[in-house]
Amino acid sequence: MTEVFSSRKYLRDLKYPFCPGCGLFSLSDAFIRAVHELGYEDLSKFVFCSGIGCSSWIPSPYFFADSVHTLHGRSIPVATSIKLVRPDLSVVVFGGDGDIVGIGLNHFIQAARRNTDILVIMGNNMIYGMTGGQVAPTTPFKTKTATSPYGSVEHPLDSAKLAAVAGAAYSARWTTAHLHDLKESIKKALQLQGFRFIEVVSHCPTAYGRRAGFKDIAELLKSFKENAVSVQQAEKMREAELEGKIVVGEIVERKRPTLVENVYAMLKEVQKNAQ
Amino acid sequence: MKRRDVKAYFWSGNEACVEAAINVGCRFFAGYPITPATEIAENMSARLPLVGGIFMQMEDELASIGAIMGASWGGKKAMTATSGPGFSLMQETIGWGFMTETPCVIVDVQRAGPGTGQATKCGQGDVMQARWGTHGDYTAISLCPNSVHEIFDLTIRAFNLAEKYRTPVTLLTDEIIAHLREQVFIPPPESIEIINRKKPKAGDQAFFGSEEVAPMPSVGEGFNVAVTASTHDEYGVRFTADPLVHRRMVEKINNKIKKNADDIVETESYNLDDCKVGIVAYGATSRAIYEAVEEAAKKGVKVGYVRLKTLWPFAEKAVQRLAKTADKIIVPEMNLGQVVNEVKRVACTTEVIPLNKIGGGELITPEEILAKIVGGS
Repeated sequence: MTEVFSSRKYLRDLKYPFCPGCGLFSLSDAFIRAVHELGYEDLSKFVFCSGIGCSSWIPSPYFFADSVHTLHGRSIPVATSIKLVRPDLSVVVFGGDGDIVGIGLNHFIQAARRNTDILVIMGNNMIYGMTGGQVAPTTPFKTKTATSPYGSVEHPLDSAKLAAVAGAAYSARWTTAHLHDLKESIKKALQLQGFRFIEVVSHCPTAYGRRAGFKDIAELLKSFKENAVSVQQAEKMREAELEGKIVVGEIVERKRPTLVENVYAMLKEVQKNAQ
Repeated sequence: MKRRDVKAYFWSGNEACVEAAINVGCRFFAGYPITPATEIAENMSARLPLVGGIFMQMEDELASIGAIMGASWGGKKAMTATSGPGFSLMQETIGWGFMTETPCVIVDVQRAGPGTGQATKCGQGDVMQARWGTHGDYTAISLCPNSVHEIFDLTIRAFNLAEKYRTPVTLLTDEIIAHLREQVFIPPPESIEIINRKKPKAGDQAFFGSEEVAPMPSVGEGFNVAVTASTHDEYGVRFTADPLVHRRMVEKINNKIKKNADDIVETESYNLDDCKVGIVAYGATSRAIYEAVEEAAKKGVKVGYVRLKTLWPFAEKAVQRLAKTADKIIVPEMNLGQVVNEVKRVACTTEVIPLNKIGGGELITPEEILAKIVGGS
């Protein structure tokens, strides 16, 4: 007999506010499934932090858990101190691309550098969705948006690569067309230490697809599948060939001393010497 | 208390602030270097680990204020320290703190602005920013010491008020008293009054928007608390369009401070009911009023004063009393006139005379105040 999975027990009895067909339903579901498959009966061992934007609404207040919904871009500093004062809890940040690598980019780089013991899951819809579809640091080159009506003149940021370069313990990228891989990646990240980052390229039919010229959700998902290139494949490709592609897979996994380990080792040392 | 129980130290204002914070139970500090507040971070980085506390130098003031909010929800008493430019950067998150009712202490060691201004020189230009710096409707608490010893006392009080009323509290010092060294007498720790936030009982679910100050859970205590600075109901659930929920919650968050103004407002008053001339002063500037009052008395002019130890909420009752008796009120400030307008609002028909000086960290002298007392406006 197969067990019937229900996410209900992990969620408050509230309705998600996302547009019909939003990729964030899939992301929320992948996270809850990962938690369920790891054997957590509830979310009492977790604290969720998020900023402002559609992705930030995934945990707040919908997860039946402690959630701290911070200002636009500021979830990572808040998550940092929560983890430092409560190292026993698993601190997970949800945020969008504008939140994490737009207005909050400095915190993202610094947290990766410090190897801060948090998992950051970024729903990357490649646009400012909540405000109605303005160009983002993640918008593909030449894409038409509400503030780039003639096509974006900037190239997007490779957030997952940046996290790896800055010192993350784990960095991966998937899309909402890779839900099984995404779920397995979340499971793995939840069991690792240090700064872990998962970028989830997520379909936004309302603010992105409509303006960028996608007819429907199926077309968006199809484009994710067609443009997806594995990390291994990408290594053999030239930069020009990678333009417009989505590199999926694990970009880095490494063991480095974490911020919590370093802070508490210092505290122990200082107190021992003071006696 | 016996004399031998009291310990004497020769501290700078910034050092006194750190020692008071450690005494009152601050166990998390996040900050970013900035003149003239840096010594607070430096001393905190040395002192906190010794008592098991955590110090973090963050990447900027945005991260610093965010981190102390997080630490507060993690159950710690938390503080940051900065000066004008950093205080400006922190304003958005201070508003987050008002809306989420997060206890924390922000020390603003004022310097001359605007912009980079004169980073090493004293100013009092942040007093209105402390009241109205963030957007929206809120009632701020700011304390304003005028000596090194008072920095110690009011740092403790800042934490106590933050915990009691579940709100950010600003300790508004300035470059002069922060870098001044004076003798500080510290009572034994057990005689220092310490107030801790009200904790919820098992089964409690309403953690926001009570005029009686709602109990505050920490994360990880099993209360499934949903913290948000979007308009929310008593249970933390967002209502981003409902006019009634917004009115109810924002009014209550304001009222919990306003209705307790008598408890929060502290002044040093003199001759309120028997004076010809009044002075309203605060911070480093107020150190000059005592000599001016003495000299005026020698000339036969009775002067009364209200020294604002609590700057916000404004000491309306004391200033009203002064305005009833005095023919004119002098407001010396190291800015081009900020609190003077608040005095005018409260004093109604009594003549209010500003006395302003900015630049180079030059204090307003007793002679300058005396000239206003005996002279005309």
